[in-house]
Amino acid sequence: MAKVILKAESISKQYRLGLVGTGTVKHDFNRFIARILGKEDPYLKVGAENDRSAKATENYVWALRDINFEVKEGEVLGIIGKNGAGKSTLLKILSRVTSPTTGVIKTKGRIASLLEVGTGFHPELTGRENIYLNGAILGMTKTEIQRKEEEIIDFSGCTMYIDTPVKRYSSGMRVRLAFAVAAHLEPDILVVDEVLAVGDAEFQKKAIGKMQDISKGEGRTVLFVSHDMTAIKSLCTRVVVLQNGKTFFEGETDEAIDKYLEKYKTSSGLINFKGGKNVFKLKFSRFEVLNKNKEISSSFQSGEKITFKTTIKVNHKIRNPIFSLRLSDSNNTSIICWRSNDFIEQPLPKGLEDDLIIYISTNKLFLLDTIYKVSISFLDGKELLDYKRDFISFEILPGKPNERFHPITKRKTYNSIVFAEAKWQVEQ
Amino acid sequence: MAEEKWLYEISSKKKLLSLNFNEIWRYRDLLLLFVKRDITTVYKQTILGPLWYFIQPLFTSVIFTLVFNNLGSISTGLIPPFLFNLTGITAWNYFKECLTGTSNTFAKNQGIFGKVYFPRVIMPMSVTISNLVKFGIQLLILVSFYVYYISTGAMITPNGYIALFPVYIIMMALLGLGVGMLVSSLTTKYRDLQVLINFAVQLLMYLSAVPYPLSEAKAKFPYFVAIFVQYNPVTQIVEGFRYMVLDSGTFTWTGFIYTLVVCVFLFLVGLVVFNRTEKNFIDTV
Repeated sequence: MAKVILKAESISKQYRLGLVGTGTVKHDFNRFIARILGKEDPYLKVGAENDRSAKATENYVWALRDINFEVKEGEVLGIIGKNGAGKSTLLKILSRVTSPTTGVIKTKGRIASLLEVGTGFHPELTGRENIYLNGAILGMTKTEIQRKEEEIIDFSGCTMYIDTPVKRYSSGMRVRLAFAVAAHLEPDILVVDEVLAVGDAEFQKKAIGKMQDISKGEGRTVLFVSHDMTAIKSLCTRVVVLQNGKTFFEGETDEAIDKYLEKYKTSSGLINFKGGKNVFKLKFSRFEVLNKNKEISSSFQSGEKITFKTTIKVNHKIRNPIFSLRLSDSNNTSIICWRSNDFIEQPLPKGLEDDLIIYISTNKLFLLDTIYKVSISFLDGKELLDYKRDFISFEILPGKPNERFHPITKRKTYNSIVFAEAKWQVEQ
Repeated sequence: MAEEKWLYEISSKKKLLSLNFNEIWRYRDLLLLFVKRDITTVYKQTILGPLWYFIQPLFTSVIFTLVFNNLGSISTGLIPPFLFNLTGITAWNYFKECLTGTSNTFAKNQGIFGKVYFPRVIMPMSVTISNLVKFGIQLLILVSFYVYYISTGAMITPNGYIALFPVYIIMMALLGLGVGMLVSSLTTKYRDLQVLINFAVQLLMYLSAVPYPLSEAKAKFPYFVAIFVQYNPVTQIVEGFRYMVLDSGTFTWTGFIYTLVVCVFLFLVGLVVFNRTEKNFIDTV
């Protein structure tokens, strides 16, 4: 069994919310007094959970709380999580840019990081000069770089521009060059943060291949942060899922990605249903969420018209078709349900035989800002033909229904689920 | 299970002085590359290029000579006033460049410091060294004017204390670096100093016996100002520098030792504070 090369023991990181300003001197002073008296830092006891969308109740927030994990030699550990879940903070601590508030990271190897590459570049220097500078910043010695110079230039694919100042480079070329330098580093542990997002498809493929070489071929350890699940899937052997600064899941890549996607299924507003074994009478084939311009979207203003488009493949005659669509929030509270049999004159024809597309458009529905999940079902009388639960979600952004109202800022402050217009009359 | 061996640990614990010399040594190439970068990129896309290194001290000396010696009639003894000023400015400039160059280390480099780790102290060190090159160039001007004045028959010779020249350079570097690191650490949290530093340095020059000899200050300044000027380590350096180069002014071993101690002390204080700041500055800057 491979030995543990890096170990994080209850890593926590506290940040101050709001401005660093007038309160700072006072807090510094209190800390200083506490230290002299031999007490614990008074501000370590407080601090809210790192939930971006929640209302700030305290001055301090735990960006990371009690993170524990181990990385074995030669392993590629993926770190995934929503924006603000603490991924970058964790990487910053790992790459020693900042230190944890509490806890300790122990390592047996040199860590080099590849965070948003290219920041070490000096625009006035040429590509070649920057290779040396960047390599040295990342911890290489001059002889090491000399040895690999040609290889780096070759890998970057910028041979033609190598003696031109970097300020003339396109952003893609900068990333290529920076990644090329970093990929030829020989640290024991390489930390990579979202670099593959830039660069064209060819380069992304090359970069992923290189990272696979690094981990599998050369037996080095890689920590990889990304939102790109395909990259995670093709590279990582194990994944840590962060949520609100805590470890939500740690384990096998596929399982972790499933857990993560299940949790945050904020999709593109479009789903094509695949396969399905029990296709007897009918099957859902496609579902789209459309905005008022008939474009696929996954976020809407409160009150904006939303159209749910369901494409259904019918294989057999359906005598008494009933379609229903339900919206529920993240607490699984059902908010709204529309059913075709609500109408006295039903929209779906009885004895249905052909494929169909159903559009349901909202009208003056003022949902408050949060994420909503959609479930659909199709029945023939009492017989359930197809059913998809919470398979897609969309986001309602804070907004106001019209000019007459104050903005509905936050669902939390509003403390209810929907907003509705009503007629007010005041008598005195 | 046997106690595992770790290469290093990342935690919030702070040692008073955790300067890791091995690590700095490992990054020596980076230091050199930074120095090279500083020198080669400053005057890129300028027409006069490195000539700017000459122009600045020359013009300042001319102005000083006009204002202080012609207008203000400060006596510089047998020394030509222009040479007197040029000598003072050359010494002062090195200190000043080190101080202002390092005093914004954190703020200026937060982009790169926020991304990768390397011993942060490399940055101010590289500034000090690249300024040394600048100082060398300015020294050349001084020497050429020195030779010129001798050829016109001025009575100037360096004296035996010129042997202390390297020590003076080190003292200037330590002082500039120490104060600069101190200021840069404090500015990460309290920006006030950033505003202060530029004009404070300007004022300090006038209280460091740069455009006048220390004896004049003692004779004409109010008592407490004179005391300040005398015990200001920069004065001691400038005055000492002029003494060994031009053989004018005063030199005492007590003053020398005093200055050395102050410089080393301020350097150590700066280093300690800098080391404490570098761990978390990215959160506050």
